[in-house]
Amino acid sequence: MFSKNVSPSSSHQVDVLVIGAGPAGIAAACVAAEAGKNVAVLDSSPWLGGQIWRGEQAHPTQAAAQQWIWRLKKSGAQLFASATAFAAPTPRCMLAETPTSVLAITWQKLIFATGARELFIPFPGWTLPGVLGPGGLHAMAKSGWPVTGQRVVVAGTGPLLLAVTAGLQQHGARVCLVAEQTSTAKLIRFGLGLWRHPGKLAQGVGVKARILGVPYRCDCWPVKAEGADRLQRVTLTRGADTWTVDCDYLVCGFHLVPNVELPLLLGCALDQGVVRVNEFQETTVTDVYCAGEPTGIGGADCALVEGRIAGLAAAGLTKQARALMSQRASWHRFRAALNKAFALRPDLRRLATPDTVVCRCEDVPRQEMESFDNWRAAKLHTRCGMGACQGRTCGAAAQFLFGWDNNSVRPPAFPVRMGALIGAETTWNPHAISTASKP
Amino acid sequence: MAEKVIISVNGKPVHVTSDTVVAAALTQAGLLRFRGSIHGESRGPLCGMGVCFECRVTINGRPHCRSCLTLCEPGMEVRTDAS
Repeated sequence: MFSKNVSPSSSHQVDVLVIGAGPAGIAAACVAAEAGKNVAVLDSSPWLGGQIWRGEQAHPTQAAAQQWIWRLKKSGAQLFASATAFAAPTPRCMLAETPTSVLAITWQKLIFATGARELFIPFPGWTLPGVLGPGGLHAMAKSGWPVTGQRVVVAGTGPLLLAVTAGLQQHGARVCLVAEQTSTAKLIRFGLGLWRHPGKLAQGVGVKARILGVPYRCDCWPVKAEGADRLQRVTLTRGADTWTVDCDYLVCGFHLVPNVELPLLLGCALDQGVVRVNEFQETTVTDVYCAGEPTGIGGADCALVEGRIAGLAAAGLTKQARALMSQRASWHRFRAALNKAFALRPDLRRLATPDTVVCRCEDVPRQEMESFDNWRAAKLHTRCGMGACQGRTCGAAAQFLFGWDNNSVRPPAFPVRMGALIGAETTWNPHAISTASKP
Repeated sequence: MAEKVIISVNGKPVHVTSDTVVAAALTQAGLLRFRGSIHGESRGPLCGMGVCFECRVTINGRPHCRSCLTLCEPGMEVRTDAS
């Protein structure tokens, strides 16, 4: 757990501000702090490790996570837990809301390590309680969500499905089936290419061995979830077959969507949905860096090396950063193979029927959105994307379903209390800061 | 390491450990519906990582708290179905 000793509406000045405490953020913060920089790390959750290493502090399972978290704690970087960055009122100031205060942090270098979220593709019944993201249920199982004895269908795409299956079983869940949308041929090609990444191969074989006995089906995906007030059964399809499985949970995620909202808020350019960076992980905005999933979904190992490069470059150690570039190139080859192997099949665009809700916050069905030809028009007329999640869920779905780009972000990037906005004004107001800093 | 804490869920005491997130405590107490959608449909957590806001509940009188990102603390009062 990080320290929570933050007085209300406090101002901080740092050399390097890192947003996100997953693998990329931890690596970036470590190397920058070890180089003598004054570093602050923010994360919206109360723990370190992001989603992939969630729970590693309390219940260690991965050596790399342990080492990096321990290294971060020793590095001297200042950690702010439960701090959600939401606005940048001046070019070099970031505001974040905590449960009790607002932080205003002015920075010399900024590193975004904002990670990714799961892609949810709407299908009939996907809004029922009991239908969750695979990573989501796994993460919450590590934080006390009761899954022992529960029947779970795991569906979607990507290597995450195997890791989640193994993890849920470890917590006592009964996984009935893993439904992977990609084809057997693509999966075999991906597996054969893993000799270039022996660590990943060993990881994959290890996970597969742990979930022996659980049916794993390629070319398979859910078409309907049903139940009275909560999930009771799932209908799946594979080739010409369609069948129904009784279960307590369906976890269904179609790979990951990079969290690019904050980089967009700062004006960073994107390339095909990911943040554009140069060889030092610097974005198109000077002194603003980005590492890990927001620059392309590549997994924790890729994020670690990108985070180190960003942290070293931000600390001015370009020679050391350059030394890591060949390692990064290798992980980028893995990233390309991953995205090819688990590319989504167009059939999934037809799962949502006209009356299937796409925007869960505002209950907007597919047919209402579909009558418009872009995200902005649909948003203005139907209120899709204007609820609490600000389009993070339905915007990504609409991008997949209709091919709409959604690159407009306005502050606050996350819903915050009115008091935080009012408090923020006094916090980042330069006069207020100079007054506060007088002895 | 993790201490035992008692929180209140819709007025009823629930015993959990301090490493439990509020969303998990609600489910331990048998709840899977956390809120009603604007058309009254039952909704529960989806993303589990603070993005979707489907798990939002009222904690100690403060509405719209993400229960998946909030750890249980002694005496915490949680209410579902506020929005």
